[in-house]
Amino acid sequence: MNARTGGFEFRKELFADERDDDLNEIGKRIRRQDIEGHVTGRSPFYDDHLFDGLLHMRCVRSPHHHARIGRIDTAEAERMPGVVRILTGKDVPQNLNTLLSLLDFGLDDEPVLSVDKAAYKGEPVAAVIAQTEAQARAAVKAVRVDWQPLPHVLDPEEALKPGAPTVCETYPGNAFVYHGKYDHQKLRYGDVEAALRQADHIVEGRYQMSPIEQAPIETCGAISAPEQNGRWVCYTGTQALFFSLGTASKVLNLPSSRMHFIGGTVGGGFGGKVDSIHEPLSILGAMLTGRPCKSQWDREEEMQVGAPRGAERWYITDGVMNDGRIVARKFTGYFDGGAYTRLTSYAVIKGVGHLPGPYTIPNVYADAYCVYTNRTPATAMRGFGITGVDFAIEAHMDKVAETVGMNPIELRILNAYRDGDMKAHRREAKNCAFIECCQVVAEKAGVTISPEARAASSKTGGGGERARLPAFTATDEHGRVEGFESGSYARKGGAPAAPGIPAELTPDRPSPPTLPTARPVETPPTPAPAPTTPDQEKPAARTPQRRSGAVRFSSISGFRRR
Amino acid sequence: MAKMPVTLTLNGMERAGFADPGQNLLEFLRRGLGDLSPKYGCGQGTCGACTVTIDGETQLACLVLAETTEGRTVGTAAGLANGAELDPLQTAFMDHFAAQCGYCTPGMLVSARALLDRNPKPTREDIIEAISGNLCRCTGYEPIIEAILAVSEGRTGP
Amino acid sequence: MTVVETYPTLAEAARAIGSDAAYMGGGTVMMREVNAGEAPARLVRTNDPALAQIRAAGDAISLGAGVTMSAILADSGLDFLHPVARQIGSPQVRNMGTVGGNIFSPHPYGDFAVALLALDARVTMAAGGARPIEELLRGRDHSPGLVASIDVPRPAPGAFGFKKVSRVKPKGVSVITIAALVNRTGGRVQNARIAWGGMGPGPVRGAAAERALQGQMIDDAMLDRLARTAAEGLDPPTDPLASSWYRREVAGVHLARLLRSMEGR
Repeated sequence: MNARTGGFEFRKELFADERDDDLNEIGKRIRRQDIEGHVTGRSPFYDDHLFDGLLHMRCVRSPHHHARIGRIDTAEAERMPGVVRILTGKDVPQNLNTLLSLLDFGLDDEPVLSVDKAAYKGEPVAAVIAQTEAQARAAVKAVRVDWQPLPHVLDPEEALKPGAPTVCETYPGNAFVYHGKYDHQKLRYGDVEAALRQADHIVEGRYQMSPIEQAPIETCGAISAPEQNGRWVCYTGTQALFFSLGTASKVLNLPSSRMHFIGGTVGGGFGGKVDSIHEPLSILGAMLTGRPCKSQWDREEEMQVGAPRGAERWYITDGVMNDGRIVARKFTGYFDGGAYTRLTSYAVIKGVGHLPGPYTIPNVYADAYCVYTNRTPATAMRGFGITGVDFAIEAHMDKVAETVGMNPIELRILNAYRDGDMKAHRREAKNCAFIECCQVVAEKAGVTISPEARAASSKTGGGGERARLPAFTATDEHGRVEGFESGSYARKGGAPAAPGIPAELTPDRPSPPTLPTARPVETPPTPAPAPTTPDQEKPAARTPQRRSGAVRFSSISGFRRR
Repeated sequence: MAKMPVTLTLNGMERAGFADPGQNLLEFLRRGLGDLSPKYGCGQGTCGACTVTIDGETQLACLVLAETTEGRTVGTAAGLANGAELDPLQTAFMDHFAAQCGYCTPGMLVSARALLDRNPKPTREDIIEAISGNLCRCTGYEPIIEAILAVSEGRTGP
Repeated sequence: MTVVETYPTLAEAARAIGSDAAYMGGGTVMMREVNAGEAPARLVRTNDPALAQIRAAGDAISLGAGVTMSAILADSGLDFLHPVARQIGSPQVRNMGTVGGNIFSPHPYGDFAVALLALDARVTMAAGGARPIEELLRGRDHSPGLVASIDVPRPAPGAFGFKKVSRVKPKGVSVITIAALVNRTGGRVQNARIAWGGMGPGPVRGAAAERALQGQMIDDAMLDRLARTAAEGLDPPTDPLASSWYRREVAGVHLARLLRSMEGR
């Protein structure tokens, strides 16, 4: 189904039956449907619900990056004015959680209130419930925790070295385990090492990003109260109401039918309110006190323990010919997930799916690690997984242009995807417009580009040779780990195995004796396998899947079932 | 805990309540008097979401002791409309898409109203200065500036 | 819990304060601590109307400790202080924050106090007696008593300059703040007073810069030399805004720019 709008062609193979073609709002001023509430101050944010007798919950947090928790002494705090109850890990019915395990992707790895140890500064170990916020604050200071500091690691590459302290016991090697067997995400397309040997230039780069806090003006939180018929009402600022409902159901071991979630009015989220834990905490508070209970971060907590966009470090090695063609690109990426998985496992998948950027490069190789360090856990934030590696790629493109003495815009046009090209993750490039974007940029920036670059088009020159899969893809088994149950991500709905790893390579290999530490074991590169057959290489989604149980990619969850 | 009786004029009406010792005006307005239009964003005087007027001057409700507003006149975004009739700034914010999540909007409107009350024909720079204490994280500053300019220039509609 | 005591006069507040209480002026700094549950158990304040007075006192202006930044901006007689007051906080903070409070505001705040230090203001205490602000600033962390008013000598036209370096405009916290009082005899600088904010634990004098300026004509070569040496002897802090190294590197450059702009260069 095609639709033409303003000179752009939208081909709708996905969701073709879900979207009307009557969208023509661009360029018109419209009023938001919720804006009258915003300008009158009547929009009901979660904290705008008044309850008589509302209790306030505040957490006792680790002052250390990494510490074993000895005794938690709440006796003095319990006697303080206004204190109603103090929760610790034993009060949480299912005190281990990770958001994406709701999708059967990854293992529950993070306590709601930690019991044995804290793995980042600010990790909550107890929650004080008091009649006023000030009383809760005062009582938090009176909770005595016997902290026994442990060695910590704050750098992802340090965390992967032998002997590094284990950050998260669920993943003793300090790396998330993909598909139950690899300590990183692999992308293998063609033979990068051979292509690098033939290139005129090798261009290397290292790129480091910082964590970025979403910093919504409304801090994260939720208010819960007893409702009727054994139900609990929860007003929440979550960005993902059903994730939060699922999380509360899991953590509280309570059917979701007994929770009445009201959300939808969010005072800025930007990803930071996707994997909220305020809902189960406030419901638990309401359950154990029988009164309305609010869990709310103050600004300092929002900044210190609110999960940011994780830091990424990328190493890129390009093989480049004298004329500017990039013939090989190799990535090693380290995503600093902080102390727990949250959404970093998925950020890595997104990032690797984005490689090698909008360029047709015949040989691509990537290893990207979701690494645990003793920093604040990272989560979603506006294009997470993409923006970081895009920064690395585009900074690297400039470096390549400098190396071969080429205008950086022309270098991009020369290497850009064109319609019909095969991408490194084995999908055909469609609806390309990068060349046209570059041409507009050159014009706007007053940069003169060659007549050939000006004449280039995304619609011509692609396909043919460029549509072909590599005759040979070098694969390997390095980073193989044992002893993990895979989430069913890799198996659902007949989705393909990890790219570039033919299924027959996985069984019958000697299992390295990795348990109980399960530290990743480097195995020597496997001998080059016979070139994979077109059938094995063919993306499973080439033919659009039909409704019956088909799994589709979603920008939030990674996939969804219809 | 001894509470302090506080009587003040809020958006033209005499209101009274009891403030806890050390309670800030933001909490007092929201929990004590039920005016939920000023918002908590930082409790540090940085974000401006709790901006109100006290005796006509914009102040930050989170940095004002509730008990010091005894007998004073407080204005919030909830009092901008005259009954069902919206303030022209409110209409302009609607027409210019000057709010996304809406959380900073009440404080932003209070600052904008205070500006136009003392300077009905501000320059663009005056407007930027006047709202510099109100953070908008959805980064909708441009439409906000446009909306305020539109009101000062007597333009209505989108 | 924090208990607030409000007194009708400054004198009564000064008698009541004792060692377990803190004084609250405009509240822009102290209320943050109240909100965070970190304020002292007792807060003392006053409604004394004398604190809000602005009076001419010979060649000086007397500012009550409770005069707000907005009140300074509203007074056309204080035009030399307008560029300073305009750069304190946000419009809301300027309606609340006071001159007296600014003297006691910890790093990275206290830009107005930097200006007062360069202007050689004298501080009158509630308990009586006046002393140079430099002396008060040195002992400000050791309960020096309550401030009643500040006498600010009016500078000669063009002799006073102020520059606040911040990352966010128009409202940003100071990376470095510089105030300069540059008087001249026969074109040569005599007894310049350079004050820094963000270059020490609080507002500090720039001894190296003052020495370098003494007796000099201000020209490009002189300013280039000054830019290289101005930060000598200073120990700026590292904070989330900037490192100590960065502040030391750029301080002289910003000072030279300020002096250049005062010269109209």
